[in-house]
Amino acid sequence: MSATNRSHSCCSGYTRSQLLRSAAAEAGKGLPAIEPGMPEPAGTGLSRRKFLSRGAGLALAVYGASKIPLSAFETGIAQAAQGDKILVSIFFDGGIDSLSVLAPVGDSRYAQLRPNLALPPGAGTSFAEDPNLQWHPAAAALATLHGEGKVSAFPAIGYDHPDQSHFTSRHYYEIGELQVSYRTGWLGRYLDAVGDEENPLQGLSLDGSLSPMIATAEKPVAAIDSVDGYDLWSQVSDPIEAEMFRSFARFGSLPSDSPGMSQVRRAAAQTDKLRQDLAGIGDFSSPVEYPDTWFSHKLAGLAAYIAVGLPMRVVTVRAPGGYDTHADQAGDLESNLRETCEGILAFQRDLEARGLADRVMVEMWSEFGRRPEENGSLGTDHGAAGCAFVIGSKAKGEMVGEFPGLSSLDADDNLRVTSDFRAMYCSLLEQWLEFDAEAIIPGASGFARPVLVKP
Amino acid sequence: MVRTSQPLVERMALILHDWFATSNANVSTTQQMIDQSNLFRSRCFGSFLDLFRAVTVDPAMLQWLNGNENYKWAPNENYAREMMELFSLGADRGAYTEDDIREQARALTGWRNDWGDVGAYNFRFEPNWHDTGNKTVFGRTGNWSWEDACRLCVEHPLHPSFFVEKLWSYFIPVTPTADVREGLEQTYAGSGWQIRPVLEQILMRPELYEGPPMVKPPVVQLATMLRRLGRHVDTEAWVWLCEEAGQRLFWPPNVSGWDDNRWLDTSRMRARWNMVTYALEGISVDAWNDDYDEDETPEEALARALASWGSPALRSEHRDALLELAQRSENLILASWQKGPYRALRQNALLQLIGVSPDLILQ
Repeated sequence: MSATNRSHSCCSGYTRSQLLRSAAAEAGKGLPAIEPGMPEPAGTGLSRRKFLSRGAGLALAVYGASKIPLSAFETGIAQAAQGDKILVSIFFDGGIDSLSVLAPVGDSRYAQLRPNLALPPGAGTSFAEDPNLQWHPAAAALATLHGEGKVSAFPAIGYDHPDQSHFTSRHYYEIGELQVSYRTGWLGRYLDAVGDEENPLQGLSLDGSLSPMIATAEKPVAAIDSVDGYDLWSQVSDPIEAEMFRSFARFGSLPSDSPGMSQVRRAAAQTDKLRQDLAGIGDFSSPVEYPDTWFSHKLAGLAAYIAVGLPMRVVTVRAPGGYDTHADQAGDLESNLRETCEGILAFQRDLEARGLADRVMVEMWSEFGRRPEENGSLGTDHGAAGCAFVIGSKAKGEMVGEFPGLSSLDADDNLRVTSDFRAMYCSLLEQWLEFDAEAIIPGASGFARPVLVKP
Repeated sequence: MVRTSQPLVERMALILHDWFATSNANVSTTQQMIDQSNLFRSRCFGSFLDLFRAVTVDPAMLQWLNGNENYKWAPNENYAREMMELFSLGADRGAYTEDDIREQARALTGWRNDWGDVGAYNFRFEPNWHDTGNKTVFGRTGNWSWEDACRLCVEHPLHPSFFVEKLWSYFIPVTPTADVREGLEQTYAGSGWQIRPVLEQILMRPELYEGPPMVKPPVVQLATMLRRLGRHVDTEAWVWLCEEAGQRLFWPPNVSGWDDNRWLDTSRMRARWNMVTYALEGISVDAWNDDYDEDETPEEALARALASWGSPALRSEHRDALLELAQRSENLILASWQKGPYRALRQNALLQLIGVSPDLILQ
């Protein structure tokens, strides 16, 4: 291959794929029908048969060639195919202005505090659960899903003694605790508890770097920068290539004598594992039309991954754009929020079309909300309570915590908190992932358990 | 970084780019980013207070943290907060309050610029836009200016420990012991906040040479590789390769800079792998067209690959793993036509694996 051509990738993992495919074909005398209990082929999307026949090893999970023992990954696929639930976390980076997403147009102080930035009454859909609130016009797609009872909104989520540092507050949300020393994410601890030793896809970040939210202590997790493929290029081809990767994996399995060394080894081992697991992944199509944006493309790829049964439990994605709108807030927020919400609506419609919507829940969050009073540069500074949303066919669809109003703000003139993010986490763990929150969230017994999931 | 004769200056410029992380995302021109980078180069060994003041009114920083949109009528807190949290004092240490941030923002009011075809230019202090009232910051009241704002941070009793630990962390991955840290703080405060003497002491510490290694930032790994291989910044591919590895210069992820604890995951390791593939272009062998030595032994193969990399020191277990690879590859040669090509492929595999070995990723 030519290393100057970025899109030109080489044939990593191809040998193993061929080998397994021929082994599967031989064991079953041609490719047998998909086994009972397996989900239907995506049909309109990435075909399960096509995908699996291209992916290394995956053929076995479906075609049941029992002559060759299944790897943990292949077992994972089979298990995931039986209906494991998936939580997708979407992060508004920078502190989204909740008072624009759900604008309190019915609050008399809103226009006073936001002489330039207040949204006019009637600009967007009214929020049915609190007539004082109104969806931002750019969040119309979210309003649509809310109207279908698929969105639980938290209009003033946060925690006591809110910290207005991006990094501290975001860290709290990522680790699920109000302290700075934790190194594992709240979903990372969940994966450490239930995850597999061999399956990096169980915790997957789609943004080219691992979200601290799924940072584990032990279990493998993965990040990819594109849903279109994951391969390692080199000027080496088979049969030497396979030997090269064996030795790369060896770098990953030798003992470590320092945290730095262990970081490199862990990354090498997981990279080699993911290379095999995702070999051949690539082309997919969707049963619904997505907006033509990179964010939507990621969600479309994710839906296709779910459809073919990749063994994911927790997936993280960043919403497009940045939300730290200290200046000229209106335009940036409008376009980024629209792109996000329209992508999520298409994703939901895709899952519905594929019959997968009952398996996926989306949680959307930000590190804080913004100051109710606008600043002098048509922007807003860091605030306290913000907004969060739990979205999906199985979402309860009821507001959690009321909007506290702008007439009484906290000591720093910020929006008061009416729900705790850790309560949201506890409910998602227990009601959606069906795992005891006490084992994951410190002090879990002290938090409410808002009903977030339909029975 | 690749062709300099003063690598420490380049390394400090990179450190300060991370410390005062400014992104081209909100800066009009790349030239303004280059100017900021040159500011770091020229001031990286001098007084931190001088550096801090220069950064505070640097056009790129004024745009990035809205210092140019901070007027007495309606202060913008962005720079006031980050100058304390990220640049001089640190979060969660009780060093400042939200009120200090608001008062500090008033002290910083008054900077503005004009707007033209190229974006923001002609940055200047506009006395009429500055809040001349008294401000109380860290319990000290006065008609503070932007210069005072910087001085108040540097004079804060929690600043020397912040400075020392932050600078230390770029070189040594374990925190200094209390007495070492206190010694460095005394050096720093006693020198009138000079960077150079603290840096010299850190660079003399045994922990730097004997302590645990750290993961090189992607651009440092790339620069090291290019210097080793005798290559230059000869393709724009380095930009996106480094970006995929997690570090695009002039585009840090946010104002807190790059997270040195998170350089490696499956996505970023893959990017480093691919970076090595690019770096080896022209050095890797063309297995099917070159006549490769049909008698090369595994030992000779490894020696040749190491020589191409400028003979880096590999840990013995990594060397052993590579030798095993060389031997296994040779065992695959079954037909005489494979003798040369498979050995050439083996050479490329060894070159590749040396590039992604822990030895080259760690420093």
